Amino acid sequence: MSTPTLRVAHLYPRLMNIYGDRGNIMCLRHRCEARGIAFELTELGIGDRLDGTGTDLIFAGGAQDREQRNVVDDLLATKADAVREAVEGGVVLLAVCGAYQLFGRFYRESTGVELPGVGIFDLHTEHPGEKAKRLIGNIVVEWEPSPELRDGERARRSVPLRDAGTIAGFENHGGRTYLGAGARPLARVRTGNGNNSVDGTEGALYRNAYGTYIHGSLLPKNPALADHLIALALRRRYGEVALAAIDDRAEERAHAAALRLRT
Amino acid sequence: MNPRTALAILAGRTAGRLSRLLGRGGGTAIAGVVALRVQPGLVRELAGHAGAGAIAVTGTNGKTTTSLMLNRIAGAAGLRPLHNRSGSNMMRGVAAMLVDEASISGSIAEASKRLAILEVDEATLPEIVREVRPRVIVFTNLFRDQLDRYGEVDTVAKSWERALSANTIHDDRRPTVVLNADDPAVAHLGRGYGGPVLYYGVEDASAGGEAVEHASDFRTCLECGADLSYTVTFYGHVGHWRCPSCGNTRPAPDVGLTRVELRDDAAGMTVVTAQGELRIALPLTGLYNAYNALAAVAGATVLGLPSVAIVPALEEFSAAFGRQERFQVDGRDVQVLLGKNPTGLNQVLRTVAARAGHKRILFFLNDGIADGRDISWIWDTDYELVQPATDWVLAAGTRAEDLALRLKYAGFGDDVAIEHDTATALGRALDATPAGGTLYVLPTYTAMLGVREIIARRAGQTHFWEGA
Repeated sequence: MSTPTLRVAHLYPRLMNIYGDRGNIMCLRHRCEARGIAFELTELGIGDRLDGTGTDLIFAGGAQDREQRNVVDDLLATKADAVREAVEGGVVLLAVCGAYQLFGRFYRESTGVELPGVGIFDLHTEHPGEKAKRLIGNIVVEWEPSPELRDGERARRSVPLRDAGTIAGFENHGGRTYLGAGARPLARVRTGNGNNSVDGTEGALYRNAYGTYIHGSLLPKNPALADHLIALALRRRYGEVALAAIDDRAEERAHAAALRLRT
Repeated sequence: MNPRTALAILAGRTAGRLSRLLGRGGGTAIAGVVALRVQPGLVRELAGHAGAGAIAVTGTNGKTTTSLMLNRIAGAAGLRPLHNRSGSNMMRGVAAMLVDEASISGSIAEASKRLAILEVDEATLPEIVREVRPRVIVFTNLFRDQLDRYGEVDTVAKSWERALSANTIHDDRRPTVVLNADDPAVAHLGRGYGGPVLYYGVEDASAGGEAVEHASDFRTCLECGADLSYTVTFYGHVGHWRCPSCGNTRPAPDVGLTRVELRDDAAGMTVVTAQGELRIALPLTGLYNAYNALAAVAGATVLGLPSVAIVPALEEFSAAFGRQERFQVDGRDVQVLLGKNPTGLNQVLRTVAARAGHKRILFFLNDGIADGRDISWIWDTDYELVQPATDWVLAAGTRAEDLALRLKYAGFGDDVAIEHDTATALGRALDATPAGGTLYVLPTYTAMLGVREIIARRAGQTHFWEGA
């Protein structure tokens, strides 16, 4: 078999990059290349079309409101159908913060106006008004990767993973997100706010589409999640690809330290 | 005088003194908080005594250095500044400075010679404009910084527009706004503003490059939303920009830096103003410091301060607290360069990378309130810039683990060393620096306060520039 290649499409890297989202791409690249897996990156801006069949993982990050407004029309006009189709076909999607909201069904502004979203996740987001507090702070959540992947990861690692089931990072969002029946939460909040600070959920999961509010960047210090996404993304074309253990001392240390932070 | 003013001054001073006695730091913030509680109009009243009026300086990066430069220029011109130079730049910091300067009866000595020079937090500007009514407002630049506090960069831009519009409504003596023509977000403030506008900018294209850095926040036109195009970029989204779609374009500077020559420890500058050409040998380096000096020259020009004051004040300038400050510690040259957001730190990294020889760098990353509790900005920062010329590095600060991970990605090795204790980190860094060698200390804001104090103590307070 030829060298596997992870083909990543990054949506709006220039317009949606507010919270260190570049780190997620750097992380995916590093964790592939360190294992001899080739990494191909396509950056898609305004007007560019997504080649769903030539993509294994789609990433989109956070934006400011102004840029989000610039992006949303283009997203719906030129990319939404292709992303939906790709997700239905098993392509991995990672949508962080602003992109997570955009990939829901709609966003309700404090004025009551509803802006349509891509509708991949069965969820909606409400802005409670300028007077309401933004949900800002360190966050730790507990997630459950699919059991076979989780056990596989444990076996592959030279250093046993402690807290493999936690994701740690930072959240900063005004909108409150509520999941519908068709989406399940990505994780349970241990400390922090998560989707809406009320129901204890964080993020959403639909097929291989992952949505979350967590940045920081998300992936570098959550290597278990990063590997989980890489393995999922490669499985569609290559079957199970063994992800060899790589040096994760700095990653494990950063993850462990983040678990101890106060919110 | 408001009868509560004397009481407010007394209460503020007492609170400040108590706070210092209890070892709770400099007591600057608390003195202002208490005084404002007793007399909410205190800043308006005391600043009103300044016979030469007030100049405010705001922006993401450069406001401390720019306002200190204005302080020096004003001093050289025979004025006595009223300046919140401790860096406490919200309302309470300004109040604390005024409480400190006022007599107990609420008067200010030599009031006719007083010029208020106010370094103002970006989000505090509307309040300062309303209370102080400055003659001049200098805007440096606008970048992402402390998003956990401000929410979004656009929130800051909006608050600036509000500051200027509220002022237009209530005041017929509108302040002159001094704007960075090269920063599209700052230059935008001049459109539609009802008062006088003066633009400054770098004309010397050789100081820039063609690529737009990752850490850019305003790359689309604020008028029409189209992508801006650049013939040259200096850093971030600062450069010679124009909108190919609606024709919105960088204003021609009234005060222009026509030549800049960056050396290891200095910058040679030629500045053209309406009054003529100034040649300045600035004893600081980095394009960002040339911008600070340019902003100070522009502000001073509007105030009517003469070039015979401007040039010597800038040529004898010594760095502000932790901003390219130099110390001698045990025969080592220790340079402290504050870097607290992607754009600012990128400028610092570029400056360090341009120095000759191999570098030893002690990085600090703190996540205190004043640093911003969200450290995700390190992933927007190009630590890669200094990696090739650096042969020793240590990650310190409250978030040393995150920093070490970022440095790993920048190519500094899989297992970058970590040290949480500030004094120990400095000790390790000095041990790694040979006698006669240079150590670069690159901290975030609260880390800078801590490590600078230890460095200054170990240096016997001998300031490199002042001692030279």
